[in-house]
Amino acid sequence: MAREKHTPSSEAEVRELIADADAPLSVQGGGTRGFAGAGEVLSVSGLSGVTLYEPGALTMVARAGTPISEIEGALGQNNQRLAFEPMDHRTLLGVQGDPTIGGVFGANVSGPRRIAVGAARDFLLGVRFVDGSGAVVKNGGRVMKNVTGYDLVKLMAGSFGTLGVMTEVSFKVLPQPETQTTLVLHGLDIGAGVAAMSQALGTPFEVTGAAHDPNGAGDGARTMLRLEGFEGSVGYRCGALRDRLAHGADISVLEGEESETAWRKVRDVEMLAETQGDVWRISCKPSDAPHLIARTGSDQLQLDWGGGLIWMQVPEGHDLRADLGDFDGHATLVRADAKTKTELAVFQPEAAGVARLTAGLRSRFDPRGILNAGLMEPIG
Amino acid sequence: MEMPVPDPRVLSRKARVVSRLLEVLPADAVIHDERETRAYECDALTAYKCPPMVAVLPASTQEVSDVLKICHAEGVPVVPRGSGTSLAGGALPTADSVILGVARMNDVIETDYDNRLIRVQTGRTNLSVTGAVEEDGFFYAPDPSSQLACAIAGNIAMNSGGAHCLKYGVTTNNLMGVKMVMMDGEVVEIGGGHLDAGGLDLLGLICGSEGQLGVVTEATLRILPKPEGARPVLMGFDDNEVAGACVSDIIKAGVLPVAIEFMDRPCIEATEAFAQAGYPMCEALLIVEVEGSDAEIDHQLGLIKQIARRHNPVELRESTSDEESARIWLGRKSAFGAMGQINDYMCLDGTIPVSSLPMVLRRIGEMSAQYGLKVGNVFHAGDGNMHPLILFDANKPGDLELCEAFGADILRLCVEAGGCLTGEHGVGIEKRDLMDVQYAPADLEAQMAVKDVFDPGWLLNPAKVFPLGVSEGRRRAA
Repeated sequence: MAREKHTPSSEAEVRELIADADAPLSVQGGGTRGFAGAGEVLSVSGLSGVTLYEPGALTMVARAGTPISEIEGALGQNNQRLAFEPMDHRTLLGVQGDPTIGGVFGANVSGPRRIAVGAARDFLLGVRFVDGSGAVVKNGGRVMKNVTGYDLVKLMAGSFGTLGVMTEVSFKVLPQPETQTTLVLHGLDIGAGVAAMSQALGTPFEVTGAAHDPNGAGDGARTMLRLEGFEGSVGYRCGALRDRLAHGADISVLEGEESETAWRKVRDVEMLAETQGDVWRISCKPSDAPHLIARTGSDQLQLDWGGGLIWMQVPEGHDLRADLGDFDGHATLVRADAKTKTELAVFQPEAAGVARLTAGLRSRFDPRGILNAGLMEPIG
Repeated sequence: MEMPVPDPRVLSRKARVVSRLLEVLPADAVIHDERETRAYECDALTAYKCPPMVAVLPASTQEVSDVLKICHAEGVPVVPRGSGTSLAGGALPTADSVILGVARMNDVIETDYDNRLIRVQTGRTNLSVTGAVEEDGFFYAPDPSSQLACAIAGNIAMNSGGAHCLKYGVTTNNLMGVKMVMMDGEVVEIGGGHLDAGGLDLLGLICGSEGQLGVVTEATLRILPKPEGARPVLMGFDDNEVAGACVSDIIKAGVLPVAIEFMDRPCIEATEAFAQAGYPMCEALLIVEVEGSDAEIDHQLGLIKQIARRHNPVELRESTSDEESARIWLGRKSAFGAMGQINDYMCLDGTIPVSSLPMVLRRIGEMSAQYGLKVGNVFHAGDGNMHPLILFDANKPGDLELCEAFGADILRLCVEAGGCLTGEHGVGIEKRDLMDVQYAPADLEAQMAVKDVFDPGWLLNPAKVFPLGVSEGRRRAA
């Protein structure tokens, strides 16, 4: 059933909508990431456009509904990029739509390069948002260093629309490297793959991607290590890294576009697209990954972030958190039907003290509990 | 600087508070003699002093929790303190407060190279975090100038930066987890060895909250493998504007130096007189440092020099040895000391978009003439974090006030240019009353709502960050 959809075209209209709302609103950017709360849809896609771009200062300001494609197009013309490499969820979730910059920051979406340069939240410099009572709030700014008052920018990043509706974001961008190369280590089991990635990330050679695919599309396990930068530098580091790795595996090399394609597939978790079952995202300490995976018994999975991010497919309705037990990290249910999401909760339940703080913040920023209601709340 | 009137009810209960504190802490960890509490009367913003009622030096998270429970029950304000190096008065006591110093908590709890992290107690100094891992080829990236003395606790409170954050980020980008004691004594753990928040990003909220949300006793920090090498190049220009354009061109060219430092003529002259680093006498000097293997450094510096030459530098000097590198950095690192030799100074850290650098420097020059106070500029140009040093004479009546008025005007200018009041030092008491220059009432209200949730009694680090008038209702109600 199609839900009523509001597409305000100005911040003032967003404010009015929220102030006048008497029922929950499902806050969205492009609606492509599978995180939705109850109620009529409030889409920020009507707030669109880059409002300021200073390549020499590595900063951009854009309205929250600006499509990622438009942002990347503008950056590309100046050989710059969103260095945190936001995932495109459309392939994994099999959905249509136009991902937005507001959605990227609202869901703190980061890709493989997160391990080297930081997450979306680390690049977000400033926000404007309308909170749940209709107040317009700004925090941060458009400079890279800013400790003026509390950092609500970080709080808004990854708040999934539950504290306020972002209307404008400013963020840091970085230069595109001249080239990239990927070393592929073949045939390592998960333990050896994680060890090799840890070893590589512990070198000074600036590995900007470290992922492991235990099945390699039927081709055997592949552990991928990415290097980026000026051509001579990448060549040098590639050789130095090979010499440093003590693993005994066969190595092949992906250059340029081939390397780019391989990492896009990792970023978008393509290996789990068009499969049956639920998909979970586990954030953990990299060295814990092998034994966490062993607890689940699943073999449909991909490791990114040197082992710190596991994407895993399990049978529909299966409670993966029960398999994992207590660990340093959390598991998020990314792809499942509505019933499973309600039963298992999308986000990992928090420890009591933290949950109290979270609930306190939510009740202050959205006193009526109307913004993406239920999405980040514990079950029951 | 206006501070709240000390609460007579609290002052009258001093003996009772002390005796309760002595029940949970050893005698030498409870400082209540008026001659001794004086040691905690200020931090590095020495213009303002006020001895606390009591100072305590707990040695564990449990002891911190015990102290806070007592203070919470007795309604006593608590001022957390790392090493007391805040330039913003972030650890300035009130007369009715308990200073909670974490200096006795400085252990390394865990080093984990596989996961590239270190867990420390937060009284540990910034530099000694690197010290714990450098023999194994790792380092902790944020490098505030006070890194020899400043504590991780204070770094987290102020979200400290440093010269190398253009590449490595500031504290918040390198902080993975905390153990924190709430004002009521409850201990919470947030984050850890994993890389992102499972719910709301409370870690990001805590970092930079100036000790007003809780007392962080343990921190999990990201450590990085040390680069193979680093080398600076020094360039001098006849004109501030040209130097600014050069910075912008370097960044646009896709080279990402680890540091781009900028000094103007007054600063160059002072440091030359003081440190004899061999700097050229010119209007603007840039130090640009890159990292990597020798060949990589050659390549990057080659590109940077090529760009610099397009701007007709009066000097372009690449380091060819460790000694030369040290010499190039010598002047920059002694800049504050050099200015201090001339006079008392006030150091600001407003941040501006790099593009407005020439305009801001010109205006600062004009204001300097109007106020009749000299100012030298030294700053992190890559990220727009300025450090104007205003010279004044503390012994001359009215000079401090004049200097503060000038400083406030510079910070207003930074905000007007699209920047902010403080890039890395924090608000503390120093910039508290300027917060409404940058933020509208609703913006401050949202920040204070966070404080309400974490510290409903408004007892932690009173009178910092928010203008007293704005927070008055909350402080009184609590």
